[in-house]
Amino acid sequence: MNLTPDTVVFWQYGFVKLNATIVTTWLIMILLVVGSWLVTRRISSDLKISRWQNGLEIVVIFIRNQIAAVGLAKPDKYLHLLVTLFIFNAVAAIGTIIPGFESPTASLSTTTALALCVFIAVPVYGIAERGVGRYFNRYLQPTWMLLPFNIITDLSRTLALAVRLFGNMASHSLIVGIILAVAPLMFPVVLQAFGLLTGLVQAYIFTVLALVFIAAAVSGQEG
Amino acid sequence: MDGIVIVAVVSIITAGLTITIGGIGPALGEAKAVAAALASIAQQPDEAGTITRTLFVGLAMIESMAIYCFVIAMILLFANPFWNYLIHKAGG
Repeated sequence: MNLTPDTVVFWQYGFVKLNATIVTTWLIMILLVVGSWLVTRRISSDLKISRWQNGLEIVVIFIRNQIAAVGLAKPDKYLHLLVTLFIFNAVAAIGTIIPGFESPTASLSTTTALALCVFIAVPVYGIAERGVGRYFNRYLQPTWMLLPFNIITDLSRTLALAVRLFGNMASHSLIVGIILAVAPLMFPVVLQAFGLLTGLVQAYIFTVLALVFIAAAVSGQEG
Repeated sequence: MDGIVIVAVVSIITAGLTITIGGIGPALGEAKAVAAALASIAQQPDEAGTITRTLFVGLAMIESMAIYCFVIAMILLFANPFWNYLIHKAGG
């Protein structure tokens, strides 16, 4: 029973390690890039579209509606980042039904990297939309005395974003491992199915939280 | 009892206490949140989408508390720094 896929090391030379986290992350990235390229290669706007294009359109339109629902004027500006976060997390969660596949988001390294992407994307979008002065004025609201707390808020919510995803995904594989030792018949299957649900909900929550943070930075009011 | 046994006993008991006490608060909080959201959806079914999204975000925030407790319990059980230090001192 592994706590994280970091401990499964395939190849090691000095301090350079090739563990299951890196391998599965790259597999998912290749799958997503090649898959998206294949689907959008023959993209059409006819009435008759391929089923794969239809599937991707559902995801894009879903995220786009979420962006519009929080009140951002130009949803297409934020689509790239948010849809990528969503499909990466969703594929990482769904992949756990493949035997031997350890979800890369069950490792704190992956989730920290994803949270850092959001941490950097928030000021980038905020400054692009409102300018440097007005963006950093956000930290002095409502008074300048709250400056340290506003900074702590930014750091702690990034930490929470990383630890939440890691905790959920790691606890899932851990619970399945424990149930496998206690009641190996049928119950692990039920928990695996439940893990698919929580995994997709976590992918959705990660995306929506990133969206809410970006929306707060862009619109200038905490939301 | 020598140091290793004390650390082991305290770690195991504390891990259990952490997840027990840390689970109570988020459970009550999530129950109240879901109950309020269901009542709101029953009153205004048109706003179900907005309520559901806000509910999910809120539930994720509440659940973070339980997840933190879980991570602390896991650290105590599997990656305890004091335990590693004592083992290292006893072994080397």
